[in-house]
Amino acid sequence: MAQAALQKLRERLPGAVTDAYEGVGGDDVALVRKESVEEVCRFLKEDPDLAFDMAPYITAVDYMGSDPRFEVVYQLYSTKKNHRLRLRVPVPESDPVVRTVTALWKGADWYERYCWDMYGIRFEGHPDPRRLYMYEEFVGHPLRKDYPLRGRQPLVPERQVDEPWRGPGPAARD
Amino acid sequence: MSTSADLDLVPAIATRREEALTGLSKLVSKGLGWARKYSLFQYPFVTACCGMEFMAVAAARYDLDRFGAALPRFSPRQADLLMVVGTVNCKQAPILKRIYDSMADPKWVVAFGVCASSGGFYDNYATVQGIDRIVPVDVYIPGCPPRPEQVLDGILLLQKRIQEQPHKLIDRAQPALTGKG
Repeated sequence: MAQAALQKLRERLPGAVTDAYEGVGGDDVALVRKESVEEVCRFLKEDPDLAFDMAPYITAVDYMGSDPRFEVVYQLYSTKKNHRLRLRVPVPESDPVVRTVTALWKGADWYERYCWDMYGIRFEGHPDPRRLYMYEEFVGHPLRKDYPLRGRQPLVPERQVDEPWRGPGPAARD
Repeated sequence: MSTSADLDLVPAIATRREEALTGLSKLVSKGLGWARKYSLFQYPFVTACCGMEFMAVAAARYDLDRFGAALPRFSPRQADLLMVVGTVNCKQAPILKRIYDSMADPKWVVAFGVCASSGGFYDNYATVQGIDRIVPVDVYIPGCPPRPEQVLDGILLLQKRIQEQPHKLIDRAQPALTGKG
């Protein structure tokens, strides 16, 4: 569907797209360099033939063990042209910073906060770079693969529960 | 020998007075228990999907009103039964504790559903493994979500418990706080 968009993108911004393929389900996927995310997104949004005026979902993936470790995924949709495009942006662990796209899509605000909260990927230029789900006292980013599964960080001291069928407390198990 | 007779009489009178008082306070306790178990004003701390089942219990078909526990008070100061309905996560734990602490004595807590009772299948970084790690719980209702019949059974259990526990007309004891929070 968005083959034309990809073609145009490659012509206009050579070097920004490192790879492109047709993903599962027929959506076109483009791998974009981290440095040119903002540029690519602005082009995709503002070009009248492409008009990607909506970012339905932005998330991140942790490919622990490979390099670069993280990937930010942008799902783009055009309500005018009814086509979709997925951008995959590899982000290294040593420098997990991406330019924000909140200036283009206001809805990206909470998605970027979510990525910061869960994966620890900072979005440079974000207007409100707080955590989204977890509390400010929380240390670490829980959806990173190296975060302990039961790494609970209670805000209030927990009472001792001694019933044997309840298993050991959080402190003993984690 | 009048003095020794007096001395003999004193403990007898004291015992009778004590007996009378104990009997009276037992009667009062029983009466208060009867009154309190049929006038449970609940605070619904509803956080998750169990809330739908809670609504079903409170609505006309299963009708919690039959047990005097129909009217939810949305201020913890006016409630004496804290219904924790649904998953409580670490971020909400201070809120739950604060609500419990701002309820007036006597107060009871029901853990509604398996998440509130033990954390359920949410054994992860965010979920409190049972609200009894935050506040003391009187009745646990299992189920995901529990059937309305189970909830009614839990309410009846709580009523039995309320009837059996000692009540005082005037209780000057300091209420036990669960701590900072």
